[in-house]
Amino acid sequence: MAIDNENGYMTQEELEEKGILLTSLDKLFNWARSWSLWPFQFGLACCAIEMICTTQARFDISRFGYEVFRNSPRQADVMIIAGTITEKMRPSVERLYHQIAEPRWVIAMGNCAISGGPFVDSYAVVPGADDIVPVDIYIPGCPPRPEALIHGMLQLKEKVNSPAKVRFKKYGK
Amino acid sequence: MKTQTYTLNLGPQHPSTHGVLRVVLELDGETCVGSKTHVGYLHRGIEKILEDRTYPQVIPYTDRLDYLAGINNNLVYVQTMEKMMNIEIPERAEYIRVMLAELMRIASHMVGIGIYIMDLGAISAVFYPFIEREKILDMMAHLSGSRMTFNYMRIGGLAHDIHSDFKPELDKFIVEFPRFIEDYHRLIDDNEIFIARTKNVGTITAEKAKSYGLTGPNLRACGVKHDIRKTNPYGIYNRFDFEVPVGEIGDCYDRYVVRMKEVEESFKIIQQAYKELPDGPVMAKVPKLIKPPIGDVYHQTENPKGVLGCYVVSDGTPKPSRVHFRRPSFNNISIFDEIFIGHKIADIIAILASFDFVLGEVDA
Repeated sequence: MAIDNENGYMTQEELEEKGILLTSLDKLFNWARSWSLWPFQFGLACCAIEMICTTQARFDISRFGYEVFRNSPRQADVMIIAGTITEKMRPSVERLYHQIAEPRWVIAMGNCAISGGPFVDSYAVVPGADDIVPVDIYIPGCPPRPEALIHGMLQLKEKVNSPAKVRFKKYGK
Repeated sequence: MKTQTYTLNLGPQHPSTHGVLRVVLELDGETCVGSKTHVGYLHRGIEKILEDRTYPQVIPYTDRLDYLAGINNNLVYVQTMEKMMNIEIPERAEYIRVMLAELMRIASHMVGIGIYIMDLGAISAVFYPFIEREKILDMMAHLSGSRMTFNYMRIGGLAHDIHSDFKPELDKFIVEFPRFIEDYHRLIDDNEIFIARTKNVGTITAEKAKSYGLTGPNLRACGVKHDIRKTNPYGIYNRFDFEVPVGEIGDCYDRYVVRMKEVEESFKIIQQAYKELPDGPVMAKVPKLIKPPIGDVYHQTENPKGVLGCYVVSDGTPKPSRVHFRRPSFNNISIFDEIFIGHKIADIIAILASFDFVLGEVDA
């Protein structure tokens, strides 16, 4: 094996040419995680119907490997908050988030989960999911189209793959 | 043998409660001996919000009540307002309204039936109805720009005339839909597992159904021939020829049969309305600032889930004093506590699914 650069080591590209792949365990795990995120089946309101549509024949989220909707938070990776969070539902959402094992991600789907949407001035509605849980991806729309949810999932994939680039998580007021 | 009952909490996060319904069951082994339904996990206070909106601004909120059939909710509110202000709307708008309402009824029943049978374990049974639903949603998206929350109807007519893409798509739908119905009947009707899970499960007598205020397919499955479109026709429904399908004993199987038959009847109405669709404007002369006279009006229509009533109180200002909706799903699920008793847990899931309720409507 010829060593040709000045430090006496081969660069990554040269190694890859010879069929040797070097990576850290973290990177490998993140790569694997990003390709098989298991969403948590948790519908709150209208957006949940679009979430179901995304798993159906036409939009078929399983093309991307994200179709394994789990009914228990303990088996899930990503929580899709699909709909209006009400004051009565707030403790349940918070608790379900904490029941998901680390690493976990949150997608706020739809205007209600982002900021309260059309119900923002109601006495019974939490104005945005980031009041109670840290949110990674915001998908606007009322409700967002299934393509938008797929795009959001792909953005989350990018995020999982490059933790150094995106560190900031908005949380609380 | 001495046994002890225990409490099982179903929901608010549960795949079979269709949203955020919570049922606390008292179980003796697998058999339910007591049940308490909790609602309010999706209570958004729409009635209070609407006090601070102008009359046209109410329309988008109605979309979010029963979000599987937004157009039908638009319809009840705009018709209430037209009744209040004595507005005659153009013929073409009436026909388009009927067509869209019936298309949405089909779309809503497609979800209802599909998810019902998926909850019983048949995953393929949900894919076929959703394909048909997507065709309808495509048409609606071309009209209004949205797949679920349309905001297409206006007080006095429609937001705009139908899109040029709508007609070819509807032609295609009219050709393809009967084949789907035939296929689906072959797939489900005589399925032994489906029959075993649903026949004689959750039986409701006609008297009990009426005393609980059940409406829609859930009432008609008990053998009561009650449909607002026939008994108290609104809009132009008296011009169409259609049947009101009824069930026999009011079990889960009958609720499926009634929904499937209703879909066929809706399809008949769509074809008739499409054939007779006149030309002309789609919007009546309505003042820019809507200020109805002091008074109150109640109006009801037949929604996919049941009788949707709308009660508007006007105090003569541009904002309504009160807008209240009689939501059919709320009344329908009130019977749960009684009919769950004596059933096994798996049957309770079947009953829950067969009722086809929407939590947005239950809690408002």
